[in-house]
Amino acid sequence: MAKANFEVPELKDFIEIPVVTPDTMSHSKPYMAKPEFQIELGFPGELPEDWKDQALDAMGDLLGKYRSLQVYLDSCVKCGACTDKCHYYIGTKDPKNMPVARQDLLRKVYRRYFTFAGKFFGKLGIPEVVGAADFTKDVLDDWYSYFHQCSQCRRCSVFCPYGIDTAEISMAAREIMDRIGIGQKYCNEILGKVYKIGNNLGLPERALADTLEGLEEDIEDETGVKVRLPLDEKGADILLVTPSADFFAEPHVDGLMGYAKVFHEAGASWTLSSKASEAGNFGMFIGSYENMRRASMRIREAALELGVKRIIFGECGHAWRVAYSFLNTLVGPFDFLDPKYPVPQHILEYTWNEMKKGTLNIDKSLNDDMVLTFHDSCNVARASRMGDKPGGQFEIPRNVIKAVCNNFVDMDPSTTREKTFCCGGGGGLLTDDLMEIRVKGALPRMTALHNVIKDNGVTHMAAICAICKSQFTKVLPYYGMGMDQIVSVHQLVSSAMILTGQNTDDDEDE
Amino acid sequence: MSFLTVTYALIFYAATALLIGGLAWRITLFAKAPAPLKIPTTPAPTTQTGVVLRMFREVVFFESLFKSTKWTWLFGWMFHIGLLLVLLRHSRYFINPDWFWVPHIFWELVELVQPFGIYAGFVMVAGLAGLWSRRILVDRVRYISALSDHLMLLLIILIGLSGLTMKFIAHTDIISVKAFFIGLITFNWQAIPTDFIFLLHISLVATLMAIFPYSKLLHAPGIFFSPTRNQVDNPRERRHLSEWAKRLEQ
Repeated sequence: MAKANFEVPELKDFIEIPVVTPDTMSHSKPYMAKPEFQIELGFPGELPEDWKDQALDAMGDLLGKYRSLQVYLDSCVKCGACTDKCHYYIGTKDPKNMPVARQDLLRKVYRRYFTFAGKFFGKLGIPEVVGAADFTKDVLDDWYSYFHQCSQCRRCSVFCPYGIDTAEISMAAREIMDRIGIGQKYCNEILGKVYKIGNNLGLPERALADTLEGLEEDIEDETGVKVRLPLDEKGADILLVTPSADFFAEPHVDGLMGYAKVFHEAGASWTLSSKASEAGNFGMFIGSYENMRRASMRIREAALELGVKRIIFGECGHAWRVAYSFLNTLVGPFDFLDPKYPVPQHILEYTWNEMKKGTLNIDKSLNDDMVLTFHDSCNVARASRMGDKPGGQFEIPRNVIKAVCNNFVDMDPSTTREKTFCCGGGGGLLTDDLMEIRVKGALPRMTALHNVIKDNGVTHMAAICAICKSQFTKVLPYYGMGMDQIVSVHQLVSSAMILTGQNTDDDEDE
Repeated sequence: MSFLTVTYALIFYAATALLIGGLAWRITLFAKAPAPLKIPTTPAPTTQTGVVLRMFREVVFFESLFKSTKWTWLFGWMFHIGLLLVLLRHSRYFINPDWFWVPHIFWELVELVQPFGIYAGFVMVAGLAGLWSRRILVDRVRYISALSDHLMLLLIILIGLSGLTMKFIAHTDIISVKAFFIGLITFNWQAIPTDFIFLLHISLVATLMAIFPYSKLLHAPGIFFSPTRNQVDNPRERRHLSEWAKRLEQ
């Protein structure tokens, strides 16, 4: 079991709703972004003296720009429906991790300075009577702490009678903090790398080309078939945009080889782009429309420069949300692409379609050494779709897994599909300085997984998100499970596929 | 014209102005703020008809709350359905069926709910009592409650109890009540009944009307403007560009 300098929650047979235990996570604070990275994103470098006025100005600006923020701050009746729904509350017991309490950190400031009731009771010196509070440095510290304990997974929004989405509030809070110079190092430095180099990992073009060449060799060594992973190939039909973790992290890279094999067998002409070598868009995590747009623009430009006809996204959760739900709005219209295909498409939509066409030669028994379950990634489940029917984001991945594996078991239905739990590392929290919240936040998913391991002999959990894969690789050992128990869906496709002309055991016997 | 009648007439004009003016202001704010991105909580309907059905289920059956917490759903639904019936029952005190703008079918509905409306008062108060006990007994809900959340429940429960008292214990002169309110609406003021329970009842109602647009009661119009519930899931087919985002493209 991995070592921790904090208490790792104990796995029980069911997900237990904890008793409110204040301030267990008030010490959790991610590193702050250095001034140079703040400035690169168009934000001030450090906290100005009149930060309060500037923050309130920023709040007023966002209230006029986002209906969600205005309506959600006004509409909460404190019914408590969301209070037991957040994985971070379940894992930490800290009441400020209950969605409504997290929102209230911002709402109480909103009520104090933007509503009649808050101004009135604020002047009397008793703002708390109407759930309002003065914007003090302590409140700001709470913001920085607890708005970086939200993975913007939207589970609370499923259960709220008014659809209040804490992700919208967290994004607004992070944007306000950025605008007064308080940025988070992880998100903001990564955005800087995307602008300078093209991907979150800062992997330059030459290194990327070498990596892809290496992967081509790996596939050839294993199968005897030359499967290409082209980079910056002008005139290709398909531009594949995938999270940069797919280029080298495990098990992500096995998924990337899976995409390549599918394209190869389908006879598709495709390419990766060094300019758009990142699907993830951290502009969403920090709630900045401008930065989300700027990061998305690389994809439009790459598609135009390469002259492709279609754009397909690799396995990534928040990336797919930005791609599916926002890309067309942010940097469309994509009228220069082939109108026969949705823009963009998900790699699973593509693969499932090829499977239905019968292009792929699959031997399911090649995955018989595994019993699989599937983790619905939060942003795929609750903020996007695949296929043309609502809920396709649940069916298509399962269809693909069942088409390549004989043994599949779903986890507890209160933890799958639209009710899925976040892996614990989404929304800009996938950084070592937030390891405690990441481990604790994984508790509900770990509980459900542990149960199917015990009861159904599950050996592996498949995921379709780069963050989920990295997070589980890190977190599984804390709960006494193996880091290699997390796999990519396209890794399963890859290991069950027999390429045309592939070496088989029979060939070797001859 | 007694001092009491004039005072209450002015209180109700003020409360009505605050209610209508405040709601109009807030709804304008909701409507004017753009929703620059598609953020429906998925799976979401892919057609406008689907969205109307989703909103209908949400507003009438509290679908999401039902998924969440059965007790809160039960008490909340009891309160709201009770309130609806009580309001319908009460509407005969404020309108005359012979007014040209009152549809015949509405008046028939008002007559139909009269017997149910009485018992709905009990359902309403029982629902509120359930909600309040959760607010006090469940540690998580207690933690998120401000004093105003408790006071709001107290206010509405007192309105319900004073109303039930007038029905079952200390009757008020309902003919004069109707004359007073019709008089207010037609600007032909009539004397107000002076029994204490009645005056308490309408004072509390006036208070509720006045604070409605400045409190969490805004959830009533708010739900209709909630982007996670009222948006069609079609972002790949259509761009969803707001005016302020359009300026970034120039």
